[in-house]
Amino acid sequence: MMLAALEILTQANFWAAAIRIATPLIFGVLGALICERAGVLNLGIEGIFVAGAMSGWLAVYSGLPLWGGVAVAAGTGALFGLLHGVLTVPLGLSQHVTGLGITMLATSSTYFGYRVAFPNVSTPPRIEPFPPLHIPFLSELPFIGTVIGQQSAFTVLAFACVGAVAVLLARTPLGLAIRAVGDNPEAVEAQGLSVMGLRIGAVMAGSALMALGGAFLTLSAFNAFYFGMINGRGWVCIALTVFASWRPGKALIGALLFGALDAYQLRIQTIAGGVVPSQVFLMLPYLFSIAALVAVARRADYPRALMKPYFKGQR
Amino acid sequence: MIRFIPRERTPLWLSLAVPVGAGLAALLLTAIPLALAGAPVLRAFSLMAQGAAGSGFALAETLTRATPLIFTGLAAAVAFRARLWNIGGEGQLYAGALAAVAIGAGAITAPSWILLPMVLIGGALAGAALLLVPVLFKTRFGADEVVVTLLMNFVVMLFVQMMLEGPMKDEMALGWPQSAPLVDEAVLPRLFEGLRLHWGLVLAVVAAGLLHVFMSRTVWGFRIRAVGENARAARYAGVPVGASMALVGVLSGGLAGLAGASEVAGLKGYLTADLSPGFGYAGIVVATLANLSPLGVVPSAIFIAGVFVGADSMSRAIGVSNYLADLVVALALLCVLIGGLMTRFRIAIVHREIA
Repeated sequence: MMLAALEILTQANFWAAAIRIATPLIFGVLGALICERAGVLNLGIEGIFVAGAMSGWLAVYSGLPLWGGVAVAAGTGALFGLLHGVLTVPLGLSQHVTGLGITMLATSSTYFGYRVAFPNVSTPPRIEPFPPLHIPFLSELPFIGTVIGQQSAFTVLAFACVGAVAVLLARTPLGLAIRAVGDNPEAVEAQGLSVMGLRIGAVMAGSALMALGGAFLTLSAFNAFYFGMINGRGWVCIALTVFASWRPGKALIGALLFGALDAYQLRIQTIAGGVVPSQVFLMLPYLFSIAALVAVARRADYPRALMKPYFKGQR
Repeated sequence: MIRFIPRERTPLWLSLAVPVGAGLAALLLTAIPLALAGAPVLRAFSLMAQGAAGSGFALAETLTRATPLIFTGLAAAVAFRARLWNIGGEGQLYAGALAAVAIGAGAITAPSWILLPMVLIGGALAGAALLLVPVLFKTRFGADEVVVTLLMNFVVMLFVQMMLEGPMKDEMALGWPQSAPLVDEAVLPRLFEGLRLHWGLVLAVVAAGLLHVFMSRTVWGFRIRAVGENARAARYAGVPVGASMALVGVLSGGLAGLAGASEVAGLKGYLTADLSPGFGYAGIVVATLANLSPLGVVPSAIFIAGVFVGADSMSRAIGVSNYLADLVVALALLCVLIGGLMTRFRIAIVHREIA
């Protein structure tokens, strides 16, 4: 049994699943870290995942191409981000409570909308999801080919976003302004830039990324929308953001680690099944997230102006 | 341009008008999705009102639904007052319910006047213990309690399912994952013959009164409020911040645990994994709508309960999804947050002066 538990790590299928589970989290953590780098905690993430999952799927179901669905999801996310941004930045409302409100609003309006569109379906309607990835040469390789063959172009987008966000934040004037607005908004104001515009923009962009995380589930991992399919993934992203100390590269590592752990518990369930209740394994990802958060909490380098509203000419 | 000028005092009428206005605004806004869904808007609203308060029976159903919401609303109110962001009310509720069943479903044989308090106190202690973990993580390690309490909700739900499918499963229940029923001595009596309304409501209202007196008239209540206003200043002034936080954790978790124990002991009689349709989360809205005042939690919980009960009966009558209720609740939360600006600031239109 020990051997079987170790053998899982050598299976290409395991690593393929780990990447698949990690992909929505990569989007989510990137989104959360952009918002937080700009000084705004976005607890709307869980609901924005739900809204992105449904709106992207519905767009494709109504005839749009798959990438059209991706764009619709991003737009939906950005809209909820705009609402969160307006409420928390110029109006300075509690980011905690407003974020929860956004999650409630996004979730309930999505569920309501889905029920209006499909009043009496017993099995959720399906779409044709993203096809498996095929890369010449790489796909022919024995181990790597199997791993790649179970991903889609949507996964490639997630990895590309990691690079893009990393370059944006570290190497561009806009990225510098976003980081500064989350650390020292007075300095940004003194530079003649708009704190409000930068923060709202960052929250909108971050929320669009979060929505892509949801859309990945309905357009690539599965082919339909289910109630409760997000199941805390958004909250996990908030924990992973602290774990990643707000860095895109570490966000990727955190998400992959989480994906591997989740894929591992799913497989170990079948080995240890019958002896240990399945729920024990299902708890592991959540417990892991809590443990990761507690472990790094002491040395976590929070953006200094996180959750501090900024009003012009007032200190 | 528009400027927010902080208010020294908030007039009482405004403190009352804001939540009422927010509730009405939320209802008005839901006319949009209702119309988009093709429902007869006015009829839907009148059906909701009838369903929530149109008869003695409807009113009793609303009050029954308000009972757990008062408890979870108080739990959120006391925690948020101290700026302890306990979003784990749902998990604490289930912990309380689990403890109630563990004590009251035959494990202990005792007369009602002993067993019933044990069930309720056991539920409260379970909820309190569950919240003390993230409070400890916060005070000891500086771990953000929002994420920890949120994630713990999922852990607790899985634990409840595990217990209901395993050690606590009722073998007589034809395969359904549910616990054995409470013994008669552990049941909270009904208030009136033929209605589901039970003594849990009285307990909830008493709890609101006690919490009000505690928060406004005692030293520890003052300390908790001081920690919430400014933790550093409070520490400087000699307030034991860690102990105050722990006390808030016990109170908040305990109240959420009581919500679960009272649902089991007063309404359901046994535990299933769908005991709560999100009472823990809705408690946050209840508390915010009440501006975190314990006494305000009671009417605020009744309003939210009315929305849920009314939407259920409207949904049955005209076939519009009862997710509408969640939508009203979410909108009410956002509206009251915006309205709250008016209680804290005077909003003035200032013409820019030429310097």
